[in-house]
Amino acid sequence: MSLASHLIIAPILLPLLVGGLMLVFDNRKLVAGLGVVSTFAVLAIAIVLMQRVETGNGPESIVYLLGNWPVQFGIVLVADRLSGMMLVLTGVLACAALTYSLARWHRQGAYFHPLFQFLLAGLNGAFLTGDLFNLFVFFELMLAASYGLALHGSGSARVRYGLHYIAINLTSAFAFLIGVALIYGATGTLNMAEIAVRVPQLAGSERALFAAGAAIFGVVFLVKAAIWPLGFWLPNIYAAVAAPVAAIFAIMTKVGIYGVLRVGGLMSTGEDGGTFLFGNGWLLAGGAATVLFAATGMIAAQGLPRLAAFSVIGTSGTLIAVIGIGDATATAGALFYLVSSTLSISAFFLLIELVDRGRLPADDILAVTLEAYGDDEDIDEEEAVGVAVPAVMALLGASFMACALLLAGMPPFSGFIAKFVMIAAALNPAPGSTGGTFSDWLVIGILLVLGLATLIAMTRAGIRSFWVSIDRDIPSVKVIEFAPIALLLVLSLALTVMAGPAMRILQETSEGLYAPQAYMKSVLSAAPRQPQGGSP
Amino acid sequence: MELIVAIGIGVLAGSGAWLLMRPRTFQVIIGLSLISYAVNLFIFSMGRLRTAAPPILDAGDDPSRYTDPLPQALVLTAIVIGFAMTALFLVVLLAARGLTGTDHVDGREREP
Repeated sequence: MSLASHLIIAPILLPLLVGGLMLVFDNRKLVAGLGVVSTFAVLAIAIVLMQRVETGNGPESIVYLLGNWPVQFGIVLVADRLSGMMLVLTGVLACAALTYSLARWHRQGAYFHPLFQFLLAGLNGAFLTGDLFNLFVFFELMLAASYGLALHGSGSARVRYGLHYIAINLTSAFAFLIGVALIYGATGTLNMAEIAVRVPQLAGSERALFAAGAAIFGVVFLVKAAIWPLGFWLPNIYAAVAAPVAAIFAIMTKVGIYGVLRVGGLMSTGEDGGTFLFGNGWLLAGGAATVLFAATGMIAAQGLPRLAAFSVIGTSGTLIAVIGIGDATATAGALFYLVSSTLSISAFFLLIELVDRGRLPADDILAVTLEAYGDDEDIDEEEAVGVAVPAVMALLGASFMACALLLAGMPPFSGFIAKFVMIAAALNPAPGSTGGTFSDWLVIGILLVLGLATLIAMTRAGIRSFWVSIDRDIPSVKVIEFAPIALLLVLSLALTVMAGPAMRILQETSEGLYAPQAYMKSVLSAAPRQPQGGSP
Repeated sequence: MELIVAIGIGVLAGSGAWLLMRPRTFQVIIGLSLISYAVNLFIFSMGRLRTAAPPILDAGDDPSRYTDPLPQALVLTAIVIGFAMTALFLVVLLAARGLTGTDHVDGREREP
């Protein structure tokens, strides 16, 4: 039994153990060092796992039986393409956010590093687990850590909106439990692959019970993904939290999307491609409403943090709507969009804090009132010609522009390719897909509306942040703060260059979600290891 | 038996949901606690209810005559997690009271 076969549990255990260890030490530098080592190690492990899943010679998914119990009785961890992708994405964001926090944020309150590690363990566990109850446990681990991180740095706004955030997530956790109990009552199992086997055999009242449980599950995932009308909690708290925390929170709404894809893919009703979680029509309608809400919010937003928070909602809505078409190619595009938008929003949250450092709180309100009542500033011709742009502002401005292009989906960044793939898939639906003409046009419409709204809002915010004639201080930016932003943006650029291979992988991922037989087979055929003969 | 448990769960969940919508943080936390009781009972009842039977299996007994033990294990985890989260919520509630000076969930009283 090689150590390498245990690698799949490392992304959960390592942060958990390191996080626990940190509580023992009082030395700030040591704790920060431990955090950096652990986070980068988790990223490396995630990349190795993804590589192992991708290379065709091994099994499609890596299945790990905890405690070597048979699948029917024990707990399983499963790494397939989707999990691998989410793990790597989480790892990248975590590295960027942690590096950024080392400049100053991690000193703003106690226990930043342990909480960060626990959040990482919860996220990785949620992506790896193969049964519903552990999904709940890892969700709670992730959320418990996120409550602490949301309040990091304290202050009235964080505590006030943190209260709302905790209340809504506690309520949805209880709904999650009701869903788990109903599904267990109907099918007698919690293993996702085994549920998928038993669903077609259900009849009569059991089937109704199961459908009710699955629908409650769907609502919980949509609360996590902040779909209208369940997403009002998001803008306030995301705008209030510290920048590196917001950067890692960018992946947390995607956990809901992951749930819809993973659990929804396994609970197909068998008729018209719908799932027990939700009819595709509901997903499409909810996604479209969310995008409209987000677009309105972005244009109305006073200040950059709220703008970024609404763009998180916008991407969630787009993803849910595109998944609602129920077409494998469109879903592949949605996965590409998921990666690209998460990277860019994360970079944007980090950037905002640097940009906002040099401005007064009143500037935001001033910017909007100026727009409403007309801007009658006369700039002296001579003065306007001779103003040099400081290097820091130029760098920040260039990054801001890159973020704007990424979020709005303009070339040459990956956001454009993602939108292109989704629109192309909507225009050429695969034969036998559920999407009617109306839903295809609806998706195209909301993609364009969101792009336009993003562009308008970002342009306005950019002009007010970088070209203002209002006096402002030049923010002092450390290299360690700018490097993560640059890294995330370079990664999005790399995603554009490597769009071909990336799309091929994502296409296979997406087809695997619509035909989960391979996943079910590899989970259910996993046999416990027999003890080796002879002593080691 | 089923009816009593069902009504009990319903009353707890209903009162909890009502309190959750109230404007005071204390009402919210009591509402969350009531909902958590309802949910725990609900999970418990998903193992099917059976009264006046010995809890220990004899050899040769038909297992289908007993309740499913797994939901009872699940409910333990759910109780622990729910309890911890409620305790955490209580701390945040106190912090919010201290920072905003009011126990309104929005951190300020509504204008009359």
